[in-house]
Amino acid sequence: MSLSSSHLLGLEGVPRSDIQLILDTAVSFKEILSRDIPKVPTLRGKTVVNLFYEPSTRTRISFELAEKRLSADTVNFSSSTSSAKKGETLRDTIRNIEAMNIDMVVVRHSAAGVPLFLTKCVDAAIINAGDGMHEHPTQALLDLLSLREKFGKLEGLKVAIIGDITHGRVATSNIFGLKSMGAEVMVCGPKTLIPRDVDQFGVQVTYNVDEAIEWADALNVLRIQLERQDSGLFPSIREYHAEFGITLERLNRAKKEITIMHPGPINRGVELDSNVADSDFSIILQQVTNGVAVRMAVLLLLSGVEASGLN
Amino acid sequence: MLKKLDKYLFKGGKIIDPLGGSMKQLDLVVVNGIIDKTGQIEQTQFAGQIIDITDHIVAPGLFDMHVHLREPGREDQETIKSGCAAAMAGGFTEICSMPDTEPACDKQEVVRFIKKHSESELVNVNPIAAITKKRAGSEITEMAELRKAGAVAFSDAENPVVNSAVMRRALEYSSMYDMTIIDHCEELKLTANGQMNESMISTRLGLLPMPNAAEEIIIARDIFLAELTGGKVHIPHISTRRGVDLVRRAKNEGLKITCEVAPHQLILSDESVVGYDTNFKVNPPFRRPEDIDALKEGLKDGTIDVIASDHSPYSIEEKDVEFNVAPFGIIGLETMLGIINTHIVREGILSLEKAVSLMSIQPRNILNLPVPEIREGETANITIFNPDKKVKIERAKLHSLSKNTPFDGRTFYGSVKCVMNKGLLWMLEE
Repeated sequence: MSLSSSHLLGLEGVPRSDIQLILDTAVSFKEILSRDIPKVPTLRGKTVVNLFYEPSTRTRISFELAEKRLSADTVNFSSSTSSAKKGETLRDTIRNIEAMNIDMVVVRHSAAGVPLFLTKCVDAAIINAGDGMHEHPTQALLDLLSLREKFGKLEGLKVAIIGDITHGRVATSNIFGLKSMGAEVMVCGPKTLIPRDVDQFGVQVTYNVDEAIEWADALNVLRIQLERQDSGLFPSIREYHAEFGITLERLNRAKKEITIMHPGPINRGVELDSNVADSDFSIILQQVTNGVAVRMAVLLLLSGVEASGLN
Repeated sequence: MLKKLDKYLFKGGKIIDPLGGSMKQLDLVVVNGIIDKTGQIEQTQFAGQIIDITDHIVAPGLFDMHVHLREPGREDQETIKSGCAAAMAGGFTEICSMPDTEPACDKQEVVRFIKKHSESELVNVNPIAAITKKRAGSEITEMAELRKAGAVAFSDAENPVVNSAVMRRALEYSSMYDMTIIDHCEELKLTANGQMNESMISTRLGLLPMPNAAEEIIIARDIFLAELTGGKVHIPHISTRRGVDLVRRAKNEGLKITCEVAPHQLILSDESVVGYDTNFKVNPPFRRPEDIDALKEGLKDGTIDVIASDHSPYSIEEKDVEFNVAPFGIIGLETMLGIINTHIVREGILSLEKAVSLMSIQPRNILNLPVPEIREGETANITIFNPDKKVKIERAKLHSLSKNTPFDGRTFYGSVKCVMNKGLLWMLEE
């Protein structure tokens, strides 16, 4: 079994069978992760570079851990400045790194399209760990895995994504992934943070969070970048919380079982209240655990190594 | 290579008459740069070079009123010489140079520099001077003196005149001399950090959007100011449906509004940005298919006066970067005739005569420049091309110093055989 593509640049256009394979592979890795020695030799001799042009803690750690659990050799390259400012082009940086015999590149960059650009520069397999406002496919995959665990299926599931849809790569990847798996999607947030043509993705749009809660089986609550307020996209944090914040009171009013997800880090008391984040509704910490398993699955499936030894 | 246009017979071509607009098969004798004879001329009676131009069109020299030459200041991107070479290969005998050089073309010396350095070229280079000093948008330039030095219009190139009071003064002042103001129409606050057209595609690609409204707001403002001042406004590279509509209505009301379209806007939509190739990053950005339809409608009904390339050279190093870091712009001198002939003429949007008029007569009329006529006694300012011969665009073979074209590998109908002007002849080497 293998994926239909040799890179993971996004979930747009990724067929259901590929997502299924990644999630199923991740499930077997979860079992390994629960063992006393949570490590397999699968990627021994393979070298992975984590190329992070944008600050990241959890995604980078999650990838690094996934690589180590698979016994791959890892190198980290972090730079907060863009290549243009540094004086070396991105093409040169990546070709230099590849000249050191790299098999796979995990890349995070503030510019959309950089992972695709890298596929044209080098032969290594490229995994997108978030590119600007474009996509963050492994985050969406771990969200899918968490939902599938909770509900046993994705087909027909109703998922509402709450928050900044315009600037959010997590939202975009989730929309593509969920639609591909047959789930229904609604987006909710202030109109200033929802792209004008988003309904063309086959999602529903609401500006009323209670309506979203009423409709959904699960909410994926996105982090609100506090600097968006400075650029005038919503009037105040206080009003954001009052209009779109997920509170226990709102959930109780809905009188139904609902599942809460958040990609982290949470602005407690802004998009999500503490007593919701830490409640039985929440599967936020399961998401983090699933993140490592999903990334192990993606690394393995793109490595070209036969997955047969896995059990 | 340039040759002296001493004694030539061009035999078998069809001449487009700029005034009548009809095509006639006539031979053409040019002696020392002057049209000596047109008619049926026997080869045996002619002592000079004979060039067979059967199946070719003989047109008044093509004119591109929107070219970014980079000299002075960025001679690594384009020089006056390389720009003129690209112009000739594209079939142009005259171009306008935009003022976004370094220093900006905001003083008479810069106008004179461009005139002087293009003097020996076949191509006439007509400098467009800045509307405001340093193209900074606050103080208008010495328009009267710039005109005397040779400026043919005013523009701040890719900088819109943000301040409406400054735009008003510029229109009032320039109208004393019947000069045109070319204003890049973009409400910058609406396109802040924008990378491409606003649509579902920008959301998919995660690129900050540039809505149609940003262009249309300034087009509307400039129309209002043209009405207020009686000044002449020319809208460069119009790209939206409503923008065309605004110009159409202004023209119906008798206002002095003209506009141009860039060839690439007629055949590429925002779908072309998928893939993040920076050779598809232009400003205004590639719009939706419904905008393209409206541009074609504007060509048909005469709302759009001019086709101009917006030739914007950038080096490989500047373009081979992350999409959001790359500059806006593509080169266009050497692909314009082919695109228009293939996608506008052959698809029945415009007749060949009309299309040629938009690329030669109409820009000159807007700029009050003389229109070359193809008849005995006139200076030979002529473009000869074969509209049925295919040309494959190959990046490496382009004459421009920069290679930032999205059309590498594409094939268009329309092959330029020769251009002549100022007593000089350039001919395609075959």
